Amino acid sequence: MSAAETKAADPAVPLQRHPDVLRPQPAGRGRAPRKAGALLPYLLIGPTIVAIAAVFVWPLIKTAVMSFQDVGRRELWTGEAAPWVGFEQFTNIFGDPAFWDSVVLTVVFMTACVVVTLGFGLAISLMMQRMSAWARLLVTAALIAAWSIPLMVAASIFRWFADSDYGVANMVLSKYLGLDFQGHNWFLDARQGFVVIGAVVVWGAIPFVAITLYAALTQVPKELEEAAAIDGVGAFGNFRYVVFPVIKPVFQMVATLSVIWDFNVLGQVWLMRGTKPEPEYEVLGLYAFNKAFESNSFSQGAAISLITVLLLSGVAVYYLRQLLKIGEVE
Amino acid sequence: MSATTSAPKAPAPKAPAPRATQTLRPDRKKKSRIVYNAIGLLTFVVMIFPVYWLVISALRPNAEIRSYDQTLWPSSVTFDNFSRAMDYANFGTAIKSSLIICVTAVVGAMLMATVAAYAIGRFRFFGRKGFMIVLILVQLLPPTAMLIPIYLQLNDLGALNEYWGVIIIYLVSTLPFATWMIRGFVINIPKELEESAMVDGCSQMGAFWRIVFPLLAPGLAAASIYSLINAWNEYLLAYVVLQDNDKYTLNVWLANFTTSRGVDYGALMAASTLIAIPVVIFFMFIQKKMAAGLTSGAVKG
Repeated sequence: MSAAETKAADPAVPLQRHPDVLRPQPAGRGRAPRKAGALLPYLLIGPTIVAIAAVFVWPLIKTAVMSFQDVGRRELWTGEAAPWVGFEQFTNIFGDPAFWDSVVLTVVFMTACVVVTLGFGLAISLMMQRMSAWARLLVTAALIAAWSIPLMVAASIFRWFADSDYGVANMVLSKYLGLDFQGHNWFLDARQGFVVIGAVVVWGAIPFVAITLYAALTQVPKELEEAAAIDGVGAFGNFRYVVFPVIKPVFQMVATLSVIWDFNVLGQVWLMRGTKPEPEYEVLGLYAFNKAFESNSFSQGAAISLITVLLLSGVAVYYLRQLLKIGEVE
Repeated sequence: MSATTSAPKAPAPKAPAPRATQTLRPDRKKKSRIVYNAIGLLTFVVMIFPVYWLVISALRPNAEIRSYDQTLWPSSVTFDNFSRAMDYANFGTAIKSSLIICVTAVVGAMLMATVAAYAIGRFRFFGRKGFMIVLILVQLLPPTAMLIPIYLQLNDLGALNEYWGVIIIYLVSTLPFATWMIRGFVINIPKELEESAMVDGCSQMGAFWRIVFPLLAPGLAAASIYSLINAWNEYLLAYVVLQDNDKYTLNVWLANFTTSRGVDYGALMAASTLIAIPVVIFFMFIQKKMAAGLTSGAVKG
């Protein structure tokens, strides 16, 4: 009976499948010792474990070690043993005002992007529920088109928008709005530059948020909303007390992922500034990159990478706890 | 309950609901619907405009691109930009590099992900939950912070400026998500199917290949397209690791259009269109699965 049901259900929907997964378990367990296959699952996940350990875990450990050494270009290429310097790299970094500037810049930029993305994403998903079918189809199509554009290409498009001579942004602002934007350079002032960069980030991130939240909204029982409306709850109250509690787990997940992704905005800045960003554009990732590859102090780059991982591990743990709470890891 | 609810499907069951309430307050209901449709149209225009501008800039004559008066519609359509873009040095080798790297990485990732997903989807064993947590945590590692450690690791292995260095990194970066995604399909294949095959004389391996694997095909297709898109779109690592012009991937090759004398936007947009087209096409196939797959625990890489 469950065969037809499980096959029909979407594989990605978590809530319904746990009973199905757990039910065959006793039978499977009873039979397990008979087969000599107790080792089989370990053999099957073995390659993946080795690969992850080699590409992520081992480099991370080495990074941690390196950040207490002084690895420059010479040590890197000759394999000479690097001298141990204790916490010197960290005190250097924490003593560098440029580091704090880039931390503040990264956090502020991330917060702004996340808030704008979530705000627009939620608004779009709520409105998608209420519009006619043809309008919803158009919006979905546009969201998917925007979602599928590669980052590199998106950055090129927005750079072309903001081009000082021939960009469409300046043209619209000066021609149709009567502002003096002819030949205006958007990247001269870093604050304006980050508006353009933020636009790429938000434009690229909205589709995921809107489509995911829309899927969550369709799970809200209509009867609940109707009952609340009969009881005299207004539109806002309905959202606050009926709709949002239902979509909250998904919303939290989307928010956490957005924080992590937007904290890592490096490619966009890099590409928008023609691969040579000015100091005012130095977000944390770029700061580490420049320390490692421009100043050839790989230990400092490693130390900053380590700091970034630690900074974001709190968010990652929060995300993991959400997943465990809704029973996703079963 | 398909949480995906693609746009075309959703309206059908919903149609009767508004009609019922319409008898109560037809006026207000209709008016607000018009407002929402208008906002929807605006959203459509804002979200689609960059894509439109990409394609239209690629197709319009260069004289129009270098004009202070950008028009919404090109006066004539030309493929000059495309041919100029393809004439840039190393276009052919860039395609070759991208294909070699992406295809190898995806095939490798699918092989490893399928067996791992089968293990965590079918067996209960000690360490299973820990393994799944690792899969999630690895996806949450900030890629910008991993750039330097991975670069140094590749340097130790002598993999800098080699295809296989990039291939390994792409393979392993897509592995956790692919494993998670395929696991979702594995647990939806009833265990009874396999068991009955084994009763009929199949070995465990035989049951997997004859019964489970064919049923996994749609899941594998979705996971591999997703991985392929990710690998195709990656830029920074390829830029850092590959140093020879003739080893650049398409994304790194795009940087050619930005010179000290300015940017050749016509060719850049044409080249960008060429790179984006396969992604857009593939994306159409899997978008339904993506929306739900991402929230159900698997994280975008």
